[in-house]
Amino acid sequence: MTDKILFTIDGVELAAEPGQTIIEAADAAGIYIPRLCHQPGLNPFGSCRVCTVRCNGRPCSACTQPPAPGMVVENDVPDLQALRAELVEMLFVEGNHFCMFCEKSGRCELQALAYRFGILAPRLDYCWPQREVDMSHPDLLIDHNRCILCARCVRTSQQVDGKNVFQFIGRGTKKRLAVNSRASLAGTDAAAADAAVAACPVGALLKKRVGYAVPMGRRRFDKVPIGSPGDIAPGQEQ
Amino acid sequence: MSTDHARTVSQICATYGNDATRLLDICRQVQGTLGCVDDDSIDAIAATLELPRVEVESLVTFYSFLSKQKKGRVVIRLCNDIIDRLLGFDQVLAAFSEELGIEPGQTTADGITLETTACIGMSDQAPAALVNEVPVTELNSDRARLIVRELRRHMDPRRLVTKLGDGNNAHELVRSMVWNNIRRHSSAADDPSGATAGPRLILSPNTRPEAMRKALSISPAEVIRAIKTSRLRGRGGAGFPTGMKWEFTRAAPGTRKVVICNADEGEPGTFKDRVLLTERPDRIFAGMTIAGYAIGANEGILYLRAEYAYLVPYLEMVLRKRREAGLLGPDVLGKGKQCFDIRIQMGAGAYVCGEETALISSCEGRRGDPKNRPPFPAQRGYLGLPTCVNNVETLCAVTKIMEEGPASFCEHGNQQSSGTKLLSVSGDCLRPGIYEVEFGTRLSRVLELAGGEDAIAVQVGGPSGQMVGPDRFDHNICFDDLGTGGSVMLFGPRRNLLEVVHAFLEFFEHESCGYCTPCRVGIVQLRLVLERVMAGRGEPGDLDSMERIGKTMRQASRCGLGQTAANPVLSSLKNLRSVYEALVRPAELGRRRGFDLAAAVHLGEVLAGRQSTHT
Repeated sequence: MTDKILFTIDGVELAAEPGQTIIEAADAAGIYIPRLCHQPGLNPFGSCRVCTVRCNGRPCSACTQPPAPGMVVENDVPDLQALRAELVEMLFVEGNHFCMFCEKSGRCELQALAYRFGILAPRLDYCWPQREVDMSHPDLLIDHNRCILCARCVRTSQQVDGKNVFQFIGRGTKKRLAVNSRASLAGTDAAAADAAVAACPVGALLKKRVGYAVPMGRRRFDKVPIGSPGDIAPGQEQ
Repeated sequence: MSTDHARTVSQICATYGNDATRLLDICRQVQGTLGCVDDDSIDAIAATLELPRVEVESLVTFYSFLSKQKKGRVVIRLCNDIIDRLLGFDQVLAAFSEELGIEPGQTTADGITLETTACIGMSDQAPAALVNEVPVTELNSDRARLIVRELRRHMDPRRLVTKLGDGNNAHELVRSMVWNNIRRHSSAADDPSGATAGPRLILSPNTRPEAMRKALSISPAEVIRAIKTSRLRGRGGAGFPTGMKWEFTRAAPGTRKVVICNADEGEPGTFKDRVLLTERPDRIFAGMTIAGYAIGANEGILYLRAEYAYLVPYLEMVLRKRREAGLLGPDVLGKGKQCFDIRIQMGAGAYVCGEETALISSCEGRRGDPKNRPPFPAQRGYLGLPTCVNNVETLCAVTKIMEEGPASFCEHGNQQSSGTKLLSVSGDCLRPGIYEVEFGTRLSRVLELAGGEDAIAVQVGGPSGQMVGPDRFDHNICFDDLGTGGSVMLFGPRRNLLEVVHAFLEFFEHESCGYCTPCRVGIVQLRLVLERVMAGRGEPGDLDSMERIGKTMRQASRCGLGQTAANPVLSSLKNLRSVYEALVRPAELGRRRGFDLAAAVHLGEVLAGRQSTHT
């Protein structure tokens, strides 16, 4: 017990195990910090920034920052929730997201966060990028229109599946998901059973022939909003 | 792929011991040899190094100086920095383009590629370009045409240099037309007002070996204490106390530690490291050796931006001479106290690599993505080893402090900012160049020295710094007031400041690594709103939106690039708001001014094959 790290989130006292990040300690204590790129069990990545909290007054990402003894963490405060909402909005306008006919609708973490933050229509400018869809694989597809560059597939493929199917290429606005093949996904050793497929929080990496299987009203986030008690660390899709 | 190519690639990999941490060097050399790192080369490199091919592709597509498409034998990279744009970039580009008969981004049949590139560190002699590795400066449209005609005759960029620059620019291993433009405060020619001579610490005549002798005659802890006493802070811009950084690195567990000199001088408008690398390399390498002794490191890396590749043969010679003199090597100065050597790591065109963790990623042969902190480099940096990254100018100051002692260093500057600062002054002024000033010098004094008193705005610290108007020209150059890594850009009365801000946003958009949401998306969003305002379609609310987006970027971005990328907008909104206010008007009749009806229905009209009339 002596080596636990005592700190607070919004005034609630927590005891973190050494080596835990703030988000891991919060999950263990049942405190929800919104997130997209974080997935329990994977190495922290810190790209979406939706889990931004304030640690002793300084903003940092809860998925990469370990707590320090006595650290004061602010999480559920209006300005941070507004900041997170804007980050979610940024991801919406950056890609081409059409929830009304996306087969991930109702179980998409990006969409679920937008509902949680009460985003109706973005205030930001749509970028309408030209992006590709890779249908080459017999069982899987990549729709780059919906990719939010969270690297959950990249990391899951490496760290869980023991493969190297995915990686990012390009820089800045030209950064995009690529596959370990000269041509397309069909040229890789990706398989429908890969954990990497289930790791995608949005509708970018999907299994073929199973879309819309769950009717509206019975989809994952139809029942409870994302981050509800008992389901605060969604991680991989059930 | 021809077997010749496969053999070339495998030979290059072998040169680097088939070591995946040297992937950047390997790709640079493949690019130099084959004119590209195409899919065949990527496959060959991946097979040889036993890497996933997508890892190699990931690196190749990150750096501006690497490409999958084949480039010509000669690549002309015209600098598109704002200063170059003010001084004739458009005309020079048009002349290159017309004479070559191609658009930027294309290659002629006879093998000349034309491109534009971010600041190449020649703002004091803009417009400038790199022809392969050779800088050509003070261009105009006539010179551009001549350069093309010359190249077509011999295809040898080195033969473009007919008149050599001053100092070591004329050294046989450099042979460049670049001028140092070191300005003396008191010279009658430079400063007719006859003001007093400025201090010379960093730029004082070349270093004597005393600094290293003195350092090695005391303990590492005493060296660190001397640096702490001097109150030296990092000269790259962030201003972290150097002594503290060294102490952390020294205290980190591990026997193998690394000193890296950050010579990835990429902040637009900065060129002081170019001059230090040309004229004071011994002072830099002595500073690295002293740092190595203080923190207990045996390895030093000079991370040099690709744009300064023309200095490499000269710098390698300086390193060789230092080894011969016993200033580097297994037993530095023969005192049995230190083993230290330095290698040069070349960059490949990525501004973000000036960020210390991105720089470390790049040294490891990866994409220049910044790393998550913690762990900090002092704990786990290059290859997981405790690493100390210092700026070129900081290391020069270290050498000076060891030479003269911390007390005389502290005589200059003020309490928070000791010593002097090298400023790279460019833009609308009579005397662009390098100025060494004491910390605490007023900006107005700098404008006076450079002959740019009529500036309507000054960008202090480059795009990531701040834009200030005349009401703040009486502020001081120092960490706690007008902080700067060295870039000071002057904009005269005729300039459109929003075009300047727009150019900076384009720069950041090009240079963002794209890792995190706020930086990758926020910069584009700021640019889109700014373009609306500049087009006269902005509303007062658009200014609030820009401030909101900028604050999100500042708070949520993962590294210094994203945290400061909104500064051109935020600082100009704060200091020069009237420039924006003159362009925005409230919405009328409930219709957003930014909504362009004609553009919105354009595609529909095309599809329907008819045109509507809009009011």
